[in-house]
Amino acid sequence: MGFFDKLAIGVAAMAGAAAVAGWVLSAPQRLDEVTVASLGTGDAARGERIFWAGGCTSCHAKPGSQGEDRLQLAGGVQLKTPFGIFVAPNISQDPADGIGNWSVGDLANAMLKGVSPDGSHFYPAFPYASYARMKSADIADLFAYMKTLPAVPGKAAGHQLSFPFNIRRGLGLWKLLYLSDQPVVSFPEGTDEKILAGRYLVEGPGHCGECHTPRDFIGGPEKSQWLAGAVAAEGQGNVPNITGGEGGIDGWSAGDIAYLLESGFTPDFDSVGGSMVEVQKNMARLAQEDRAAIAAYLKAVPPHANGYPARGQAVGQ
Amino acid sequence: MKKLLLAISLLALTAPAVSADPIADRKALMKANGKAIGQLVAITKGEAPFDAAVVLAALQTLNDDAQNLDVAVLFPAGSDKGDTTASPKIWEDMAGFQAKADKFRTDAAATLAAPPADADGVKATVGAIGANCGGCHETFRIKKG
Repeated sequence: MGFFDKLAIGVAAMAGAAAVAGWVLSAPQRLDEVTVASLGTGDAARGERIFWAGGCTSCHAKPGSQGEDRLQLAGGVQLKTPFGIFVAPNISQDPADGIGNWSVGDLANAMLKGVSPDGSHFYPAFPYASYARMKSADIADLFAYMKTLPAVPGKAAGHQLSFPFNIRRGLGLWKLLYLSDQPVVSFPEGTDEKILAGRYLVEGPGHCGECHTPRDFIGGPEKSQWLAGAVAAEGQGNVPNITGGEGGIDGWSAGDIAYLLESGFTPDFDSVGGSMVEVQKNMARLAQEDRAAIAAYLKAVPPHANGYPARGQAVGQ
Repeated sequence: MKKLLLAISLLALTAPAVSADPIADRKALMKANGKAIGQLVAITKGEAPFDAAVVLAALQTLNDDAQNLDVAVLFPAGSDKGDTTASPKIWEDMAGFQAKADKFRTDAAATLAAPPADADGVKATVGAIGANCGGCHETFRIKKG
């Protein structure tokens, strides 16, 4: 066997090894059985708070529905992104078209690990990269609350994604890079409990960073610009900078932030717009102390200048 | 012939006014709305006392603005270009946008016709009128900031 034959075999072997490694590394990882067994029975009343904090209705309520109809989680909202169109699925209690057959462990695996009951990866348009920071007890409470919601028949349409984003298995590698249950912002010991409570709500269930933080070319959050605002990944325009950096909300008091979440009004009485309208309605359902905690955290995060180009310089506007 | 002339001159009188600078005009109108809402919010927060005259004046401003929010005048074709955060969806869905403006008009008139009698009432008013702000900005404004 000549040198080139050996080289060819070597290269092929290495490529094969890389493929095997990629396949192994990209495998969906579930929660361990001890964690799943410890979920127990949640409390529906506590779960309602998590439900609104998590903003489930923003994507999963029927598009255009109002009031109590928002609790019909039939899905169907389309997120038009650079990767393609994501369609929010039915997460109502319908056993066939929704998630009525799911166990509490199934919900926990979906939210904390981004893995479906059949063992495939969910796309991170479902913001499990944030939900991964949630306490498992909160997932159990959420599960109990969702059990009280109606079953709505009708499957939502599938996603329409372009190559290579249509290969679900590849998400395993994405998760290796971006899926973590650790907080984004670390605070020194002895930090006010209110700030830490706000951190949990913002970084976990509230998933604020999903829109307010710029993303890299494969859709991972740029944590060095956490909450600095971003070119909207979905729709048009920019998502505001909610840090105290240049262009952000340094001039806002914690009370101003809490009031925006309660009422939808900025300190100069402009109103929120775009998808923040639905988010704010969800935040208005939380207790005053939760909104105050979110505000305390936002006043404490590292300041960053705007994470999007200055007006007039944006591409394609 | 006289009748025709009369009809033409009447048409000219009732034809919608044309704004020289619709973008500036609609911004001024929105600013005035915000200021009026701010006066009401100060009462709901306890930062200012309940004063029926202040409340009435704010509601009057909101109603005037609402009745003056003539979509054809303030959002003519082509005014999506320039220093504006108006979404192209306004012109793609003019009927939907008009419906939002009509709802604001109806709500503002109803509130002015039955003004709140105390701070709690003002809070309900802010909620009812304020829902129009986000309700329209949700679809028809693009944040450019």
